Amino acid sequence: MQKTLHINVDDCTGCYQCVLACSDEHDKSFNPMKSRIQVFKFEDEGRFVPYTCTQCDEAWCQKACPTDAISVDANGAKVVSDALCVGCKVCTIACPFGTVNYNASSGKVIKCDLCGGDPACAKACPTDAITFVNADTAQFDKMRNWAGKTDAGTQQSA
Amino acid sequence: MAWAGKLLRVDLTAGTCVSEPLNMEWAAEYLGQRGLATRYLMNEIDPKVDPLSPENKLIMATGPLTGTNASTAGRYSVITKGELTGAIACSNSGGFFGNEMKNAGWDIIIFEGKSDKLVYLMLQDDKAELVDAADYVGASCWDTEEGIKAKHGDQFIRVASIGATGEKGVKYACIVNDMDRAAGRSGVGTVMGSKNLKAVAIRGTLGVTVKDREKFTQAVIDGKKVLADNPVTGSGLPTYGTQVLMNVINEVGALPTNNHQDVQFDGAHDISGEAMHEPRKSDGKPNLVSSAACFACTIACQRVSTIDRTHYTVKERPEYHKASGGLEYEAAWSLGAATGVNDLDALTFANFLCNEHGIDPITFGATLAAAMELYETGVINDETTGGVKLSFGSAEALTTMLEQTCKSEGFGVELGLGSKRLCEKYGKPELSMGVKGQEFPAYDGRGIQGIGLAYATSNRGACHLRGYTIASEVLGIPVKTDPLETEGKAGLVKAFQDATAAFDSAGICIFSSFAWTLDDVAPQLDAACEGEWSTEKLLEVGERIWNLERQFNLAAGFTGADDTLPARLLKDAAKTGPATGKVNELDKMLPEYYSLRGWSPEGVPTGETLTKFNLS
Repeated sequence: MQKTLHINVDDCTGCYQCVLACSDEHDKSFNPMKSRIQVFKFEDEGRFVPYTCTQCDEAWCQKACPTDAISVDANGAKVVSDALCVGCKVCTIACPFGTVNYNASSGKVIKCDLCGGDPACAKACPTDAITFVNADTAQFDKMRNWAGKTDAGTQQSA
Repeated sequence: MAWAGKLLRVDLTAGTCVSEPLNMEWAAEYLGQRGLATRYLMNEIDPKVDPLSPENKLIMATGPLTGTNASTAGRYSVITKGELTGAIACSNSGGFFGNEMKNAGWDIIIFEGKSDKLVYLMLQDDKAELVDAADYVGASCWDTEEGIKAKHGDQFIRVASIGATGEKGVKYACIVNDMDRAAGRSGVGTVMGSKNLKAVAIRGTLGVTVKDREKFTQAVIDGKKVLADNPVTGSGLPTYGTQVLMNVINEVGALPTNNHQDVQFDGAHDISGEAMHEPRKSDGKPNLVSSAACFACTIACQRVSTIDRTHYTVKERPEYHKASGGLEYEAAWSLGAATGVNDLDALTFANFLCNEHGIDPITFGATLAAAMELYETGVINDETTGGVKLSFGSAEALTTMLEQTCKSEGFGVELGLGSKRLCEKYGKPELSMGVKGQEFPAYDGRGIQGIGLAYATSNRGACHLRGYTIASEVLGIPVKTDPLETEGKAGLVKAFQDATAAFDSAGICIFSSFAWTLDDVAPQLDAACEGEWSTEKLLEVGERIWNLERQFNLAAGFTGADDTLPARLLKDAAKTGPATGKVNELDKMLPEYYSLRGWSPEGVPTGETLTKFNLS
């Protein structure tokens, strides 16, 4: 079974626990600037949106990499090999979502690697706004929600 | 390791920024933030100094946990001699400013002297620079924050700034960060303004590390679980914010109303946390948009709200149609119950203005309440107020007077003095509801006896955040005590005060203490910081800090006679509710409190006490 990070934006409070867990996992320090997941605040609307790599099946970053530094691991994560990465940043341009970024202190790019199959961000989220779930059924809860609403509407009109 | 180990000294007179190593011997005795910065202030200024003179210093300080992923660990405090009170001031703020300061590699910033023109500090990791702030003269906190971010082309910069209120000397100006978080009380923003310092802008990229990463990870997970499993921090605060208290405190008969003339407010429900969830008539949407968290906080008590677009305050002002920081309990009380106003949208608008222009809503609301009593008793009149009818319950009076105060116009100039100076000016000092020049927050000392003692003895003037006995007396945390009883309250107040000083010095939020005791904090500190940090040591640190602050105030000229309450609380009995017939019986609690503290009957720490805490 392939698993995916599922983000339920409505439940995010903007607390940065995911961001801190990510930088701690990868860099052994609490540093939002080194996190592979970021939380964007839309202050005027009171919304907080966590955002990270969705692990495309046909990944632009992987295709663009001239040194084949990006490979797919057992969990389907696109993983950067520091040994092969030359810091050319072409993958950061290729990614349509901006989730691959250059890290000046290491001279390599960084992106979400699903922490080897047990993502630290999902474990740290206090509201379950980020969960790690079966990719095939990730949206079923959303379907269920709309199924209920649609059915209620039908019953009212009948 | 947890502490960055560095202090930035900014001499505003000379225009220099110099790095110094942090005094780690003091860190071992005072932990950080509130305690450590007070130690620096005590050593570097004469407590008798005029708060607005260049000789006063203003310190921004983080704690050792600030910037880590310990829940609520994004806090910083501003420590100075307060302009509102003339006492030690320590105002704590959340948001994302404290962690940014730590992430830039600094524990503490000390501002001294006075700049000859308005400037802001731009701090990017170890690069510190004072920048001309001519573009922001008279600007609001909101415009200053947005302006600095845009000027440097970096939305990740964190800014703490003062509004025009701080520049013009409103006595209770705040320092606002992240648009709606504030170091709010005692006039710390006024001191900042007196130094011609408009803002501090920080961008940090260095990272924060801890002593024992593995142990720390487990301690943090354990701590987060305690918060999640607790009904207050796991459910009440996330759902209603601190506004969960409005109806509760009204029921207890301790909701000060109409300048403390009453202890229950008919309109309490209209301005409560529950009301913020109710759909309004105009658009069917509730006042509350979402709950938000400060850095690393797994409670998320912050409210994000909107104002009804058809409301008189914003009908013609679309700039206030966006969502922003909503009402917390203290602001809802001071702007609402204290003034008798039950209009939720007017209160939300007033709260926005306080954030935008950087003034403390508690002191503003309480000062307006005092002015309303002066007006209703004929001491001041329409001529004094410029024709505005200052009647209890008038939303128009609230919003008009607040706008005048933010702009330092009309009668707003006098409201900007705070209630003590205002009431003294009109010969009615007894109508100022506060202690040591600072107004009470949202709990009446007649209906809740222990909080009266906590107010009377608070080192920064009347304050709920120096010893929140409400937790025990009303909510039953950690054990329920009878709010109408005085017995045992001296010990309760001391225990809360000492523990709170330790929480405040660690870099975490005091709201965590609804669920955490020092037993939950100690393992996190012990794993993060050099040295050994046990509950016993933290209690010792807390008590040492309390005595140090007391020493500052005594040296500043305060005496035991200042540890008192207004006559209204000591002589005029509550008229309704469970506390009917009760006054605050301070005289039954204060002598025991002094004794438990190891202070003389006059409230002065004995030589033995000072020696015990290495304060002689």
